[in-house]
Amino acid sequence: MEYAILFLPLFSSIISGFFGKRIGEFYSQIISSILVAISGILSVILFYKVFVNDYSSNKIIFTWITSGNFNSNWSIYIDSLTVVMLVVVSLISSLIHFYSIGYMSHDPHKPRFMSYLSLFTFSMLTLVTADNFLQLFFGWEGVGLCSYLLIGFWYKKSSANAAAIKAFIVNRVGDFGFAIGIFLIFFFYKTLNYNEVFAMTPYFITKEIVFLGLNLNLITLICLMLFIGAMGKSAQIFLHTWLPDAMEGPTPVSALIHAATMVTAGVFLVVRCSPIFEYSQFALNVVTVVGMTTAFFAATIALVQNDIKKIVAYSTCSQLGYMFFAAGIGAYHVAMFHLFTHAFFKALLFLGSGCVIHSFKDEQDIRLMGGVWRKIPYTYILMIIGTLALTGFPFLSGYYSKDAIIEFAYSKDSLIGYSATFIGVLTAFLTSIYSWRLIFKTFHGKYNNKENNLNSIKDSTLIMLIPSFLLAMGAIFVGFIFKEIFIGKESLDFWGKAIFFLGDISHEHPPTWLLILTPLIVTLSIPLSYYVYIKNDKITKYLVLKYNFLYNFLLNKWYFDELYTFIFVQPLKKIGFFLWKKGDLDTIDKYGPDGVSKIIKIISNKAVNFQSGYLYHYAFVMLLSFSILLTYLILR
Amino acid sequence: MNFPILSAIISIPAIGAIFILITQGSEKNIEKNSKYVAIFSSIVNFLLSLFLWFSFDKTISDFQFIENKIWINGFINFQLGIDGISILFIILTTFITPICIFSGISSIKHKIKEFLIAILVLETLMLGVFCSLDLVIFYLFFEGGLIPMFLIIGIWGGSRRVYSAFKFFLFTLLGSVLMLVAIISIYWITGSTDVIKLLNLTIPEKYQYLLWLAFFSSFAVKMPMWPVHTWLPDAHVEAPTTGSVILAAILLKMAGYGFIRFSLGLFPVASDYFTPFIFSLSVIAIIYTSLVALMQEDMKKLIAYSSVAHMGFVSIGIFSLTKQGMEGSIIQMLSHGLISAALFLCVGVLYDRMQSRAISSYSGLVNVMPKYSLVFMIFTLGALGLPGTSGFVGEFLILVGVFQKSIITAFFASFGVILGAAYMLWLYKRIIFGKILNSELKKLKDLNKTEFYILYLLAFLVLFFGFYPEPLLNTIDISIDNVIKNYQVDLNLFLSQRNN
Repeated sequence: MEYAILFLPLFSSIISGFFGKRIGEFYSQIISSILVAISGILSVILFYKVFVNDYSSNKIIFTWITSGNFNSNWSIYIDSLTVVMLVVVSLISSLIHFYSIGYMSHDPHKPRFMSYLSLFTFSMLTLVTADNFLQLFFGWEGVGLCSYLLIGFWYKKSSANAAAIKAFIVNRVGDFGFAIGIFLIFFFYKTLNYNEVFAMTPYFITKEIVFLGLNLNLITLICLMLFIGAMGKSAQIFLHTWLPDAMEGPTPVSALIHAATMVTAGVFLVVRCSPIFEYSQFALNVVTVVGMTTAFFAATIALVQNDIKKIVAYSTCSQLGYMFFAAGIGAYHVAMFHLFTHAFFKALLFLGSGCVIHSFKDEQDIRLMGGVWRKIPYTYILMIIGTLALTGFPFLSGYYSKDAIIEFAYSKDSLIGYSATFIGVLTAFLTSIYSWRLIFKTFHGKYNNKENNLNSIKDSTLIMLIPSFLLAMGAIFVGFIFKEIFIGKESLDFWGKAIFFLGDISHEHPPTWLLILTPLIVTLSIPLSYYVYIKNDKITKYLVLKYNFLYNFLLNKWYFDELYTFIFVQPLKKIGFFLWKKGDLDTIDKYGPDGVSKIIKIISNKAVNFQSGYLYHYAFVMLLSFSILLTYLILR
Repeated sequence: MNFPILSAIISIPAIGAIFILITQGSEKNIEKNSKYVAIFSSIVNFLLSLFLWFSFDKTISDFQFIENKIWINGFINFQLGIDGISILFIILTTFITPICIFSGISSIKHKIKEFLIAILVLETLMLGVFCSLDLVIFYLFFEGGLIPMFLIIGIWGGSRRVYSAFKFFLFTLLGSVLMLVAIISIYWITGSTDVIKLLNLTIPEKYQYLLWLAFFSSFAVKMPMWPVHTWLPDAHVEAPTTGSVILAAILLKMAGYGFIRFSLGLFPVASDYFTPFIFSLSVIAIIYTSLVALMQEDMKKLIAYSSVAHMGFVSIGIFSLTKQGMEGSIIQMLSHGLISAALFLCVGVLYDRMQSRAISSYSGLVNVMPKYSLVFMIFTLGALGLPGTSGFVGEFLILVGVFQKSIITAFFASFGVILGAAYMLWLYKRIIFGKILNSELKKLKDLNKTEFYILYLLAFLVLFFGFYPEPLLNTIDISIDNVIKNYQVDLNLFLSQRNN
């Protein structure tokens, strides 16, 4: 069964990639969707098996690299953490395969698209089923590649190509850290197998090493390096710049890769490595702070963006921040729960946005929408459900996971815990504001689109609405259904050895005011944003004028892109150019081969003069030399 | 072993070349016959070398298939033999040569007969390098390879071919003269040029440093290492596609092979002493040439600079003297042999159609050449070391190995991995993606049959060895152990002597 789950998407990719033209667009779409769907259903069965029977397995497919004491295998490793990811990845992937049939109906390259989607699913599955860091790294780079291919899918758009490269290279910067982490692990542990590494970690707690002239604790260093990788993949602050740009890709891609699955790989990595992270409080604090900062910073940017997909993208960034700070304060299971619920409602929001974009004939700017909720009621309802779930409206899935994070942070009873609580609540408020701004600007108010007639705005086809509807069911119910399994009292039995807690998990009840606070804030912010954005938009206009600097700062995404261009991109290009022209051509070549040949030329030109052909010249030289020789011999 | 299989492998291409030389008849007939002879002899040679690989015993560390004939009595023996390291380079050579011949036949337009002779002679010489177990014989093959390469660039090259050919010649000759002096002094010191004997005895420490430097100067140029790399971009740019392929795929590897076999084997103390020097030069090379590659406007130059960076990885891997580092270096050399060969062929495909190597003359090729775009993507990914391609296995093992020796070297070398992604993907984006800007590009035809089979075969191998490098690692396993063991034993001996 494990083999089927893993390899069906690969077959699907090969079939539509290489035989897509032969079997036709329609069949390649259907076949790949069905194959991935089977994989999805099997994952659910496997999840059940793990949940009920405590099933776990570690299958070795074949050896990958052996060299001396270095050894790694292609493997399928199943435990509770893996099955959760399997369900998220293959289930959502199959829904999105179906959705894409509708969304891409006007595109001439459907089989290629399907092939990339399935290949992505396969890479993501190898990532989560690895039993060692090297295969994890394979999946890690593999999903990066697929993300690159899918962002740049519309290859005629130069912005899409630029975004694709940016995504790949920013991720490579993260992977650089990840790779250093892997080297460190192999250097000290002599293995990359998870179980062996985790078992040995307690023996290395006090190990100090000198790294680049600094004296550092080994475990802390390993954690930080792995976390740099996680930051790249999960678009945390400093390495987040690729995610908003990645929205250049087709919307199903954004839903699958840049919301539900790939970007959560970083969280998965941290949770998977909980047996290492637990031994470094410093690294955990870094994770918390980075998570908090990202959650807040991305939410502030989302407040003022106008591109519907960019808002959702920044929201993803922000929610990933939540997951990281949950992991940082030691609530790995809560982080996984949020990852799980988030996958459903965020994918739903993206698919909903896709429907909106489709209805508006590829318009993405929410300032050019509005007043259409009666025209596209199904899309409207789907988006409302997604928004309610995202903002943590009571009893929808986001409510259970997000509030659990905030409560857990509070129960930490430490400075970092309280600040995380504060940021968590504040960000929940911001999330609510920007999400409802999106809803109101898109569906309510005046109709602002000049290119399309209001009456031409229609709901999307069923093939797009049904998968979205299924996700909406998920967004409503998974929080309630899986709450006990993931974070309830018995949850530690479910997680078993997959998540490691050094200390005890507190099950104290947080104070009641805290329990009420967040739901209250998010509920109240609905009328608030309706008032601000629809009823009385003078307020926002006034704020924009008054705090113009702040507005521009947010609108330009804290100027990260400009900063990076200034610090990295331009100088590197200049250095490259300088080294080429001045280094290679003007120094090495000038004084090397060209210099040598020039000197030889000069000498030979001079030497030519000696052969003047006049007898008396030669005689003179002979005489002169003879006398010098004679003098020398006499004086000796 | 009665049948002299190594001599056979070395001489088959030369015999083919002689046949081509003596073919007579009409112009057309000569051309046709020489093509058949070249294809036939190179393929037979490939099959024979595969047979050699299968009959090779991977479990013993000694040299195998040894042949020994007295050439100059008491001075030089014509001694051949292989171990796990050389066998793979032999396969690489016999595999790349038929590919070059196929691609040359379709793209070279004049003096095809002479061209085929040059390629076949070059194959013989390169195979000789990997088989010879006598320093003088090695030297003859190693430097002899210069001549056909020089001719290939000088006769079938581009417009600045004479300048490039001379630059190539100047650089490599400088190194080789010093190596020749060193070989003579080794004979003087030890009374032998027999490699097997030399590996077992030890050269006094005081000579080692100078001798090491003399060998180094030759290998560093061929490798090429910074700062003596500048001949490579020029040579590649002016060389015909086939010339570039052989240069990148095989000639550069002779230097890496030389480092392992001679520098480490004969001068362990000096190798140990100079390791930091090699590390610094290589790290500079990796970062420097990657940055330079980023700004290139000519596709071939870009790939040439990336070769320098990749070979920088090879040299740090070799001198890390760890199992992973050295095995990684060999995998990296083989993988670079496939990938760079393929990339140059890809450029050749475009050059044959448009007569331009400038990046700016191409855009949006995926619209007209989908098959080409796919296979080019695979090689791009291989070059930037994506897991699942052979490039990753090499680079990763090298970095793992180097990390154990010098963290800082591995750290800075890893930057090359980021930069590698940048220049390769940017190149790919500029020529493959986007809209077609030049209307002439619209008429371009996708890969023809020969090109298709050659490139997809290479792509298959790049992926196959990316997922399953075991056949290669298995073959070199024992030999690498042996190299490391000998090195350590010799080095420890010296160190203990010095301490006494």
